[in-house]
Amino acid sequence: MSAPTDRRYLQTHEWHQPQGDTITIGITQFAADELTDITFVQLPKVGTKLIANKAFGEIESVKATSDLYSGVSGEVVAVNEKLSGEPGLVNRDPYAGGWMIKVKVTDAADMTKLLSTEDYLTKTGH
Amino acid sequence: MVDFAGWEMPIVYRGIIEEHEQTRRSGSIFDVSHMGRLHFSGKEAVTFLNRVLTRNVSDQKVGQSRYSLVCNDAGGVLDDIIISKDAKNWILVCNASNREKLVKYFGDVRRSSGLDFDMSDQTEGTAMIALQGPKVIERLSSVFPTDLKALKRYHFVSDSFMMMVKYTVFRSGYTGEDGVELILPAKMAGMAIKMLAGKADKPDATIKPAGLGARDTLRLEAGMPLYGHELGESLDPISAGLGWAVDLTKEFVGVEKLREIHKAGPARKLVGIELEGRRIARQGTSIVVDGAVVGEVTSGTFSPTLQKSIAMAYIDSAYAVEGGLLSADLKGVMNPGKVVRLPFYKRNS
Repeated sequence: MSAPTDRRYLQTHEWHQPQGDTITIGITQFAADELTDITFVQLPKVGTKLIANKAFGEIESVKATSDLYSGVSGEVVAVNEKLSGEPGLVNRDPYAGGWMIKVKVTDAADMTKLLSTEDYLTKTGH
Repeated sequence: MVDFAGWEMPIVYRGIIEEHEQTRRSGSIFDVSHMGRLHFSGKEAVTFLNRVLTRNVSDQKVGQSRYSLVCNDAGGVLDDIIISKDAKNWILVCNASNREKLVKYFGDVRRSSGLDFDMSDQTEGTAMIALQGPKVIERLSSVFPTDLKALKRYHFVSDSFMMMVKYTVFRSGYTGEDGVELILPAKMAGMAIKMLAGKADKPDATIKPAGLGARDTLRLEAGMPLYGHELGESLDPISAGLGWAVDLTKEFVGVEKLREIHKAGPARKLVGIELEGRRIARQGTSIVVDGAVVGEVTSGTFSPTLQKSIAMAYIDSAYAVEGGLLSADLKGVMNPGKVVRLPFYKRNS
């Protein structure tokens, strides 16, 4: 298993990709595969304030329901509206088309606390 | 692969929804060797079976299968099974997780009753394969020496491939589709799967492998109960809507209690529920009407065929009316829904 090196991770399988002053969040291929077919993604509204390491939404598959976590504090500035009608995008394209939210971070230092690609892969044992 | 009652089971091969849709559209092959297979014979086998099964087997003909329940004295369900009458013996197919419990229970009944019959557990020496889907019978007709098209639903025959590999083929299944279930010697299973599924790895194969995940969503759409969800030792078959499989005119273990429930009417009934939106109400979710909890979900999924959130639940009989409005309590969020007729999905036949 591999994961993109242009982003940082939580052990709970969310990736965080910096783009300018916002950070895009989604889940890893490993998480999407483990969940199997995703049937529903509940995301916050634009403007919602997030707190680092708190759940911001839920993801549901045929198999299970899981919370989604943000590794950074900030404000939601964009939500992937496509996922409401096409949640399977997360399975097919978790690192690009299956992105979930964009967050304008309060403290850029939050990102440095997240796992590097290598550490994520080691810690999650795959 | 996951462990299920000691068996290594394939949950998913390519994707639960893809395998589900393949089954509804064309055909799938499922390894269901974990199901228990018990044989009964001897002069008092019929008396014994009539004592422990809710269905009357006296008038069952050779080549016929019947769905039945095994109940305890309180009318609770020990297992749901299929009993088939072969020329020499009776074949009872039970749930993997209940097999050891049933073998012990049947042994206890034999000792205490003194009934004269033989019981043998054939599970480990045999394999069981289910082939399900609208194109299965046509596809298998070219492979099987048995005339499958002439085989009626809930009937079976014992036959052999090239006079060598003996098998028993049943026109039954657990997906809501037409198809067969096949029992054959364990060591022949690998070869048989290759022969029956053909080129299963081709993208356009008629029959492809499917796992337990799809089997669960398929049976749920078909409104079929699953032991541990809709059935259990504290749940009775009348409340589960399985009264058609309970013969209250004969004597069997649990009949007194079931007669009482039938007479008074069950306090709770198993119903189908359709929820708005895409959220899934899983087992244990509370069902709420006017702020009061009136029941509990036993199984729920997002139906790949209907593209709706569906569930089965036991709810107070007063609310078990088609079209009745209710909500599922999803972690404090009330998701509206309504009672619908089971099954959720019925094939065109």
